[in-house]
Amino acid sequence: MDQLRRDTLRISGVLGLAIAAGLLGPIDAVAEEWNKDAFDAKNYNDTLKALGAVAVATSKELLINAPDIAENGAVVPLTVSCTLPNVQQIAILIDKNPFTLSANFTIPAGTEPSISTRVKMRETSNVYALVKANGKWFVASKEIKVTLGGCGG
Amino acid sequence: MADPMRVRALEKDGSTEVKILMKHDMETGLRKDDAGNLVPAHFIQKVSVTHNDKEVLAAQFGVSVSKDPFLAFKFKGGAKGEKVIVSWIDNFGDKRTDEALIA
Repeated sequence: MDQLRRDTLRISGVLGLAIAAGLLGPIDAVAEEWNKDAFDAKNYNDTLKALGAVAVATSKELLINAPDIAENGAVVPLTVSCTLPNVQQIAILIDKNPFTLSANFTIPAGTEPSISTRVKMRETSNVYALVKANGKWFVASKEIKVTLGGCGG
Repeated sequence: MADPMRVRALEKDGSTEVKILMKHDMETGLRKDDAGNLVPAHFIQKVSVTHNDKEVLAAQFGVSVSKDPFLAFKFKGGAKGEKVIVSWIDNFGDKRTDEALIA
């Protein structure tokens, strides 16, 4: 009687381990985390640091296509494009916004290094396009005048 | 439940242009409502666009992307009738996935 009880316990113990092992199987690869440090940064230099951008060079091969004057700061259309080879990343930074980084794009091989989007601007500010190409960082800037701020409208 | 987005994909001369219009308030967390209370931040954080199981664009957004975010870009390849799939997730964990056939 006692022996039977022991056997039952042993078997359930082994089963339990097997189930646990099943649960601890391979976990699906998790997509890259949202870069909280970079999006929380409140100025240009801190944002560069959080993005790991070092030795950033000004580049004429980088273009920001946007209006000189934005009537409505809540919707400022922007196109960032560049002619540099092997672009891996494009980020949009707005100097005088409460949080500097607006968007950060990962560009896989085969995707053109040209992105259009729309951003909010609190006030007249420099807008930066930051690009990582071939492992090196480049930046271009353009001042956009805002006649009506995009926060609190 | 998040509202659907509009996705268009157009193939021309060997590259596919994708245009996406997401439906989201993109609250900054800095705005006050009429009663003077701060409206909590609620915004899309990550967007992923795939074609044939390959990611063709990954984006991370901050609060300063405009309400109802718009994205346009091009990738090489893509044939008429193939699918382009767009997914986003916001800071509340809400998700939305929509797709379009390349025209």
